[in-house]
Amino acid sequence: MIDYKLDDDGIATLTWNMADRTMNVLSEASIAAFSEAVMRAIGDGAVKGVIIASAKPDFIAGADLAMLQRSADAALMQANGGAMQALFRAMEKGGKPFVAAINGTALGGGLEICLACHRRIAADNPKALIGLPEVLVGLLPGGGGTQRLPRMIGLRAALPYLLEGRKVDPARALKDGLVDEVVAPGALLQAARAWLLSEGPKAVVQPWDQKGFKLPGGGVNSPAGQQTFIAGNAMLHAKTWGNYPAPRNILSCVYEGCQVDIDTGLRIETRYFINCALSAEAKNMIRSLFFSIGDANKLASRPKGVPTQNYARIGVLGAGMMGAGIAHVAADAGIEVVLLDSSEGAAARGKAHSAALLEKKVQQKRLTPAARDEKLARIHPTVDFADLAGVDLVIEAVFENREIKAEVTRKAEAVIGAGAIFASNTSTLPITGLAQASIRPENFIGLHFFSPVDRMPLVEIIRGKATSDACLARAMDFVKKIRKTPIVVNDSRGFYTSRVFGTYVAEGLALLGEGVAPALIENAGRLAGMPVGPLALADEVSLDLMHKVGRQTRADLGKDYRPGPGDGVTALMVEKLGRIGKKAGKGFYDYPAEGRKLLWAGLKDQFPPAANQPTLAAVKQRLMYVQSVETARCLEERVVMDPRDADVGSILGWGFAPFQGGTVSQIHSIGVARFVAECDHLAQAHGHRFAPPKLLRDMAAAGSAFYPG
Amino acid sequence: MTDAYIYDAVRTPRGRGKASGSLHEVTPIRLAVTALAAVRERNGLDTALVDDVVLGCVEPVGEQGADIARVAVLHAGYAETTAGVQVNRFCASGLEACNMAAAQVMSGQSQAAIGGGVESMSRVPMGSSGGAWAADPQVAFDTYFVPQGISADLVATKYGFSRDDVDSYAVESQKRAAAAWGQGYFSRSVVPVRDMNGLTILARDEYMRPETSMQSLAALEPSFIVPGDQFGFDAVAQQRYPEVERINHVHHAGNSSGIVDGAAAVLIGTREFGRQAGLTPRARIRSFASIGSEPTIMLTGPSFSAEKALKTAGMQASDIDLYELNEAFAAVVLRFMDVLGVPHDKMNVNGGAIAMGHPLGATGAMILGTLLDELERRGLATGLATLCVGAGMGTATIIERL
Repeated sequence: MIDYKLDDDGIATLTWNMADRTMNVLSEASIAAFSEAVMRAIGDGAVKGVIIASAKPDFIAGADLAMLQRSADAALMQANGGAMQALFRAMEKGGKPFVAAINGTALGGGLEICLACHRRIAADNPKALIGLPEVLVGLLPGGGGTQRLPRMIGLRAALPYLLEGRKVDPARALKDGLVDEVVAPGALLQAARAWLLSEGPKAVVQPWDQKGFKLPGGGVNSPAGQQTFIAGNAMLHAKTWGNYPAPRNILSCVYEGCQVDIDTGLRIETRYFINCALSAEAKNMIRSLFFSIGDANKLASRPKGVPTQNYARIGVLGAGMMGAGIAHVAADAGIEVVLLDSSEGAAARGKAHSAALLEKKVQQKRLTPAARDEKLARIHPTVDFADLAGVDLVIEAVFENREIKAEVTRKAEAVIGAGAIFASNTSTLPITGLAQASIRPENFIGLHFFSPVDRMPLVEIIRGKATSDACLARAMDFVKKIRKTPIVVNDSRGFYTSRVFGTYVAEGLALLGEGVAPALIENAGRLAGMPVGPLALADEVSLDLMHKVGRQTRADLGKDYRPGPGDGVTALMVEKLGRIGKKAGKGFYDYPAEGRKLLWAGLKDQFPPAANQPTLAAVKQRLMYVQSVETARCLEERVVMDPRDADVGSILGWGFAPFQGGTVSQIHSIGVARFVAECDHLAQAHGHRFAPPKLLRDMAAAGSAFYPG
Repeated sequence: MTDAYIYDAVRTPRGRGKASGSLHEVTPIRLAVTALAAVRERNGLDTALVDDVVLGCVEPVGEQGADIARVAVLHAGYAETTAGVQVNRFCASGLEACNMAAAQVMSGQSQAAIGGGVESMSRVPMGSSGGAWAADPQVAFDTYFVPQGISADLVATKYGFSRDDVDSYAVESQKRAAAAWGQGYFSRSVVPVRDMNGLTILARDEYMRPETSMQSLAALEPSFIVPGDQFGFDAVAQQRYPEVERINHVHHAGNSSGIVDGAAAVLIGTREFGRQAGLTPRARIRSFASIGSEPTIMLTGPSFSAEKALKTAGMQASDIDLYELNEAFAAVVLRFMDVLGVPHDKMNVNGGAIAMGHPLGATGAMILGTLLDELERRGLATGLATLCVGAGMGTATIIERL
């Protein structure tokens, strides 16, 4: 696991090489092996200096999150954390120089090993990522990162790395002082040896172990330090809405730990690390943001036995916002795209959308002009269906109108090969119905993209009644190819994401209709962890569209239609007040030409505030529980089959509070039985929409859970 | 319980709290000594009769550190048997010091004690003593810390005070302060600060801007837009008060208390002490109270502390003839008047800190003296002095002329 080699000059090279993994990670076993190797080197009189290296393409990717997610015992974690901190202190204080030879990505605990070395030399590998991303999964750097980085580069420079989980390439890491030297990849070990032999003996005491050490740029109690924390606390509080313990604990590690000696600081860090690791937020974030999204990206639920499809050429029908966006991400991923619209102008405008996005990247120096031209050349605008000949997949993104969709389906299928997939990007129309226009419904599927396509990572794959396993598997291959995350759902009105997202907006409208103060509704949504308040979202979606969809649904369902709790508010806003949303410059908000949007002052006349306002907790509960209970219904109805897909879809699809881990994880954190009991209360008070489905009642009765732990 | 009586109240004039201010050259210890010496000299006081000196100070570090009250006692040449203690209840420290001095007397543990306070804001700036509240992440998060200016704007937003409302109040404060100085209403209490040669350094409050008008105030930009917006403090306040859509920033340097230097002292004792010292009591301390209130809006404490003190005294708000409420921010006073139904012509009748400044640790003792002087001048009986306090507190004292 850790290769140990001692050369004639007395340089020991400790090479990380975990046999059973593609990347080196810090696990119980690898930490034990590394510890043994470090202590051997320190104890061996023949060793003059030590290189920490990796035999893999990358250095060390971080800690094994599965190990962390299992952790439950604070005392045990304190002992383990203390042992790891002691190991790093042994490297620092063993009297022998240590060099980290960072050949590739070094993240989290991997970088923390480097920080405990006396020198960090990185290979000039532009693909390498260097950083401490623990905060992104609800954790903090618990291997000394919160203590060593500020002591190396100062409070102000260190905090963004710690609080934002910023990952940088070696050049930037050098500039910001995370590494000391960047060399050509082939010269890495030689540079490390050279430094150990020449400078190493003089550099065996870390700056923070030297007498009179001062934090670069001023300590915590300097005027600058105080300002950093006073403003930093509020800025973080504003940004996180108080929902994320990890960044808050990171600030405390730095605030408390940098006022004392490093050993005391490391003990403080370990305590805050344990506090994070045991938090529901970390467990939720690790489960959903790391494992469930990871599983989705690996196509864990892909039907077995279907050969992987490679995509060389696809067709996109409709070059509007969605079609152009889909064409762009496909071309960006190396696929030739036939972009078809009814006029040449429209098709060309679709391509221009991609040109603009690529140009922006060139301006930001994230793309070379040559690469831009190459990507853009893959998009072939056309008005001729015949150009679709030979494509592997057609995605239609035309108007949400059954007749138009049926027509383009027939025209495309007349040209494309028998094995090609036809996909619809509809967000509202049931796939099975659309497939009736297809001559091979087994190859007909829904690929629901989100706007803006280039930025939204999710694709909701909708399986129609006749869609084959092979078609689904191949559609998943496409989503993977364009580097997006797929979830798989069955055909149903609104599918999964639109259906559940709609309950959040509708509940906000219902609250308004009951006379709850609009600012309270909006702030409650944000305080619950949603990216936007429900009224602002309604304005974004536009109230006339919501109104239209509602009326269509009523027409489709007839007497089975159950009025939504916000229907009355929507109707009033659209029909009587003509305030249809942001696109009209007036909805629940006014949108002044300059400055921020403001809640419309007339709301208090249309929806007079009730004398007794609900508590913040009550408003948050309604806005959040309604989404989880609707998700449970989707699971019961097999609209969505895998709880992980439901969680991933809720976070990536409409930004459901990431710290909750998604709509299912929220139930899991609360506990199914308690969630059911609370929903029963809510149903009594506010209506049947909160009534828990049988699936949840059965789980509560059986004491079962969606996830272990 | 023994009754506690006020025998005298003195204060220094208030110097502008910056390098160009007249008192910037004067150390805080000398400001405190000026007040203590005046109490002794005006009353021919045998200081051996004074058991304790309690001084408020909000930034008790550096030259204001290390128990400035005891050091001032020694440096003022008081009897060495007189103890000294420095207290900090933020902006109400001076009044709290008087209340603590009174409490010693009322409990029978001291015959006489001096309450007062000192603050050289020009020499020991606000924030000098640090503290966990704003800087410690765990504390700042859990208490939804925001600076007072954001709280003041939150008071205005939540209770509907417009920029015009707060500016009008400020103009009136300037007018009243100028009139009071013009008529010599402060002359009984104000003692000049002199140098070692007996030359006067400052004899009069120098922060006032009597020419202030609605127009001149309208030119001032609100002070707390930048911290509110760029440092996230508005968002923090809204998270604590989610019914607020956005904070209406109305406060600025012209309708908030001024940063100044100054000191004050109030001599409090039993009847028996007065007889021994040959002094006549001027007022009786009827009750006092300090309370805690919600810390993010922070500045709504005065009404709660006043209500508590009124209840202890068995009185109604309408029984009080005159009120002094520290003008930390205009909205604080407007809110208090609304809550207790106090008419403006009973409130801060000689202006307040918007016009004359707020030397943090001393102000409470200053306004207690101002209240007593004005009750005497008008021949009225009862007065209530109160201040809003950082971190959500309020302190109030009710006095009654004899």
